[in-house]
Amino acid sequence: MITFDHVTKKFGPFTAINDLSFTVEPQQAVALWGSNGAGKTTVIKSLLGLLHYAGQIRVAGLDAQRQGRAARKLLGYVPQELAFYDDLSTADTARFFAQLKNTPVQQVAAVLGQVGLAEHLAKPVRALSGGLKQRLALGLALLGDPPILVLDEPTSNLDVATRNAFLHLLDQVKAAGKTIMFTSHRLEEVEQLADRVLVLEHGALKLTCRANELAPRLGLRTQMKLLLAPDLIEGALNVLQRAGFTVRRNGVGVLVDVLADEKAKPIHLLSQADIRVTDFEVE
Amino acid sequence: MQLSIVWVLAQKELRDALRNRWFLLYTLAFIALSLAFSYLALAGAGMVGFAGFGRTAASLINLVLLIIPLMALTIGAQSLAGEQEKSTLAYLLAQPINRIEIFLGKYLGLTLSLLASLTLGFGISGLVMTLNGSGAADPGAYVKLVALAFLLSLTMLSVGFLISALTNKAGVAVGIGLFLWLAFVFFGDLGMMGTVIALRVPIDNLFWFSLSNPLQVFKMAAILDLRATLDILGPAGIYAVQEYGDSLFGIFLGVLVLWIVLPAAAAYARFHAKSDL
Repeated sequence: MITFDHVTKKFGPFTAINDLSFTVEPQQAVALWGSNGAGKTTVIKSLLGLLHYAGQIRVAGLDAQRQGRAARKLLGYVPQELAFYDDLSTADTARFFAQLKNTPVQQVAAVLGQVGLAEHLAKPVRALSGGLKQRLALGLALLGDPPILVLDEPTSNLDVATRNAFLHLLDQVKAAGKTIMFTSHRLEEVEQLADRVLVLEHGALKLTCRANELAPRLGLRTQMKLLLAPDLIEGALNVLQRAGFTVRRNGVGVLVDVLADEKAKPIHLLSQADIRVTDFEVE
Repeated sequence: MQLSIVWVLAQKELRDALRNRWFLLYTLAFIALSLAFSYLALAGAGMVGFAGFGRTAASLINLVLLIIPLMALTIGAQSLAGEQEKSTLAYLLAQPINRIEIFLGKYLGLTLSLLASLTLGFGISGLVMTLNGSGAADPGAYVKLVALAFLLSLTMLSVGFLISALTNKAGVAVGIGLFLWLAFVFFGDLGMMGTVIALRVPIDNLFWFSLSNPLQVFKMAAILDLRATLDILGPAGIYAVQEYGDSLFGIFLGVLVLWIVLPAAAAYARFHAKSDL
């Protein structure tokens, strides 16, 4: 569905994408993983024809540069930085983009309802919360029913509850048979949504793996906040340090640095030492 | 290219311009000043009241020279750079539309908004003169001045678009636009006079040199149309009338059209090649 063939993009002396080749199959959800500056957003912008590059990108056989309009007709895009015309209402914004996509405006109400914006049609976009704006971006991307969704850090600015609700929406979109390509630096998001992960480093493909292989293959670490009764904190610090964890005191418990696929281990250890963990959060 | 998409974008641009408080301010200022000019046009003759179309047209030339370029340059300068700064341009370009459609849509929308503003300004002034019974003198001259002012506004809109395509921030673009406006309005005359004196430019060269400033071209075209002579512009004006005769007005129109087309084409070429969005 999407093919990158030896794509290179340079900004002056800086190489943002370095001879990148990969394929995304139809109905597959592929995550682009990498640290800031790894080239994830440049990959997305090149796919959308926003940047000139060397090599070839094809979308369903169409050259993304030479047949840009036809290729973009197949892509729905949710940007990292949401940029709307703030004075327009939610419905007018959707109508405007529907007209640009040659999509019947009758489809607007259905799509906005699908992303949960039916009660916010008359609100100016500037009055929408971050989560609602993200839903609007998804709704606009779905206008015209494109077979491919491209999302750049779709939940980076959302709180936990809004993020979960948005991921649930994306799950539904994926289940409807869309091909999805998204960038992310959140492991739980990648594990929930992606079938395959492309790990980028300095603009080059470092690793391709299944989503559940990402954490062990990269040795990804995360930080857990364990909530404890005040009189148990000292004992918990001792137990976890003896087990080799990097741990420090927090006002209401302890912060533990763990491998991303071993999050249960510190809780299990504390449980064996009769130290009751009242709650936990994963950063 | 799909004209329906150009029209959708033009409508959006027109709506935005009509909501833009600077645009409204320019329009109101233009209406107020054009009314004042038409009222004061007879003051020099020791009379009070609204002058006829011909006399008002003459006095409006200076007003047009001052306000229309400022309005067109600033809205043109904001057009692409403003959207780029807000990231809405990148989002627009990510849709299944071409850059030529975005460019033409914006240009057409702002052209229509300038036309609306000028029609309103000149229209109210003309209406007042007509209702006052002083409009019978020369409505043709007035209409031609409106048409020339519209062409002038498009020259400055194109220059504004070029500035906008060359910059990434609306503030910088508007700053350059204001500097160019000053250069065209004030430094244009002074610079030309200084150059002519310093370099002892021959009269024929002086005439062609003056065509390099679209405001001068508008002024000469408007005066030529009103008075059928360019004596007021001195030896260069007399030379131009003697040398080019009846084709002079056509030359002015052609130069104005070139000032519309060339900067707009350069602006599109830059916008088309722009990658850093």
